[in-house]
Amino acid sequence: MSLKLRVDETLIARARQAAHRITGDVQAFIEQHTTTSTERAVVRLFGVEGKGPDDVPLANLVIENIQDGGGLDRGAAYWVANAMARHQLSPQEVAEAVAQGKLDLPKVALADEGEIRQTATLLAREALAKIHHNRATRASMLDRWGERPTPWLYIIVATGNIYEDVIQAQNAARQGADVIAVIRSTAQSLLDYVPEGATTEGFAGTYATQENFRIMRKALDEVSEELGRYVRLTNYASGLCMPEIAALGAVERLDMMLSDSMYGILFRDINMKRTLVDQHFARMIQAQAGIIINTGEDNYLTTDDAYEAAHTVLASQFMNEQFAHRSGMPDELIGLGHAFEMDPAQEDGLLYEMADALLSRTCFPNAPLKYMPPTRHMTGNIFMGHMMDGLFNLTSVATGQHIHLIGVLTEAIHTPFLHDRYLAIENARYVFGYARHFMEEFQLKPGGRVEQRAGEVLGRAVELLEYMERVGLMEAIGEGVFARVRRKPDGGKALDGVVAKAQGYFNPFFDLTLKGGAQ
Amino acid sequence: MSELIKPYGDTTNDGAIQLSFTLPIKAGGVAREAARQLCLKMNLDNPQIVHMRDLGGGYTFFVVYAKVLEGVDVSTIYVPEAKVPTWTMEQVNQLAREKLGRRITVVGACTGTDAHTVGLDAILNMKGFHGDYGLERYSEFQVYNLGSQVPNEVLVAKAQEVQADAILVSQVVTQKNIHLHNLTQLVDLLEAEGMRDKVILIAGGPRITHELAVELGYDVGFGPGTVPSEVAAFILQELLGRNGVTL
Repeated sequence: MSLKLRVDETLIARARQAAHRITGDVQAFIEQHTTTSTERAVVRLFGVEGKGPDDVPLANLVIENIQDGGGLDRGAAYWVANAMARHQLSPQEVAEAVAQGKLDLPKVALADEGEIRQTATLLAREALAKIHHNRATRASMLDRWGERPTPWLYIIVATGNIYEDVIQAQNAARQGADVIAVIRSTAQSLLDYVPEGATTEGFAGTYATQENFRIMRKALDEVSEELGRYVRLTNYASGLCMPEIAALGAVERLDMMLSDSMYGILFRDINMKRTLVDQHFARMIQAQAGIIINTGEDNYLTTDDAYEAAHTVLASQFMNEQFAHRSGMPDELIGLGHAFEMDPAQEDGLLYEMADALLSRTCFPNAPLKYMPPTRHMTGNIFMGHMMDGLFNLTSVATGQHIHLIGVLTEAIHTPFLHDRYLAIENARYVFGYARHFMEEFQLKPGGRVEQRAGEVLGRAVELLEYMERVGLMEAIGEGVFARVRRKPDGGKALDGVVAKAQGYFNPFFDLTLKGGAQ
Repeated sequence: MSELIKPYGDTTNDGAIQLSFTLPIKAGGVAREAARQLCLKMNLDNPQIVHMRDLGGGYTFFVVYAKVLEGVDVSTIYVPEAKVPTWTMEQVNQLAREKLGRRITVVGACTGTDAHTVGLDAILNMKGFHGDYGLERYSEFQVYNLGSQVPNEVLVAKAQEVQADAILVSQVVTQKNIHLHNLTQLVDLLEAEGMRDKVILIAGGPRITHELAVELGYDVGFGPGTVPSEVAAFILQELLGRNGVTL
């Protein structure tokens, strides 16, 4: 790209440094704790699938059994591997025996510590091998068909019925979608389990289940073959089951996942300790799988003003980047989010939107930025809305955005009709094609409105991050620095799922990935 | 006196309208004629299919211009509207202090699946809407904005906890009329908790009319374009009335 935004590089370095320290301060806490959902993810990665009595997933039954016996602080891997070693069972058989009440994991006589560790490590290696195989499969398809030009068109389907979603997703791909996201059923983020099996009923979305992931992956592979290009699949990890859903996404070759370090805290009132511990494991697995994460900063601008609060988006992007790095995630997988949400009545709003979008691009040159369309100021005036989406599309291609969620003219009215989605794709493809090489041809006026605006936003982001460094992340969230939402360290949902690790805590995935044992 | 009107294109009572829709058929001569005949069945005169586009998968999108033959007599129309005094923020604050003698507590939320807080924020946020400050700015109002996708149960619990005088519910985006279900369920919940008569229940959103809101069991409904001072004035007037205060 040749369009260059000149901002004070030392400010960018200061912002990154502050975010690095803020995340460092909570990282110790994160590494000293585990969660029920993290341990369920381990069990699922060991290959456990299916339901027990009362439709409770086996993964939940196993973890409840360990927690009831007071053993969760040593990690699920330890107890499952011990039972396997003692009784010559597979992980699935162990889980089924627990579900039938035939095994009480913390009461199984202990095998040799070395044998336990070896058994669990072998299982983790197998899981990671499968995940790495998925990654290689994706890479070979991309090699075969080539990568799509950016911005990638990201389109949502949300019928509630996975089989109906398949039809819509394949149609959207034929119309030009590069990425298909299956929106989850409302409030799935607050379920403390991942439902099992194919599902045909959901509210304003479809449940994320391993089987649904499989069905949609297969459907998109089919349509990829038909179109001669790789169509990416996205689902949502944020919520109470973040690590588990990340694990299932890795195993079923999802390509992107909504995976934010703070979204659950702010917008779902999930306890912050729980979310911070959860995101660490989730992103570590996603990094292994080559899954591009999408962060949720766009949401800040639905509760806060886009012009006034742009610096909170930028500050949060630095936070998400640093947390992701601490999970071993490279920049190429960190899809930082932001949005085109300024008031259309604002004079020069387009310039300020471009300034903010370029600023993110400049601060995170290797990150596949995720750009979200206008929602807040969309009204029933679909003609105006279509125009706003056009300018959003222009801003996206003119500032080098990477993942582009299409804006639909009926945003403020209903979930898109077939032709609403068609018109939205037509709009985006028209603008992207018509302005394809905009960045190669235009330069900014030095010291002009765009550079001034970007400088101001960056300056305020540095101020905010350095303030957060002084008070600490948990205190800052308690003060409502992001999205004006206030959360307390011990408030919110599911703190009871956070467990301090004991001396002998064992989770082979950490050893094999973050400590480099898998290579 | 009858006052018949028809849509206006460029000549009085020409009845000109535009519409667009998708039919489950591949594009072509048959599709075009099907769209035209459909318009005739809708009692539209001289339908012009100005755009036909195959969307793939056996679906085709049409844009149509046509003329409406019928008109409506506006002299026969009666639309119930909420009676709201026109008070400024300062007047509301002063009246609340002098006549009510306490602060007013308001809880607002976008309930159910709805993630669109634009309407709710326009009324509640400090900044307000259209140059009219939001209720958070009112010295005599205590506002709890619960944001989006709030389950009705959570909203009711919060209203109970803070002893809300008024509950504001916003419904913007809907799918298969789920907003009506959400709104009705809230009334049922409040009734089950014995709270319905203790709060002023307000619905707002682009598809909300006063008539619809009242029919669903709300005290008032506010449609698009409502400014915060109207909502504040309504709440205060209602509270004063319920407390037997006359102005």
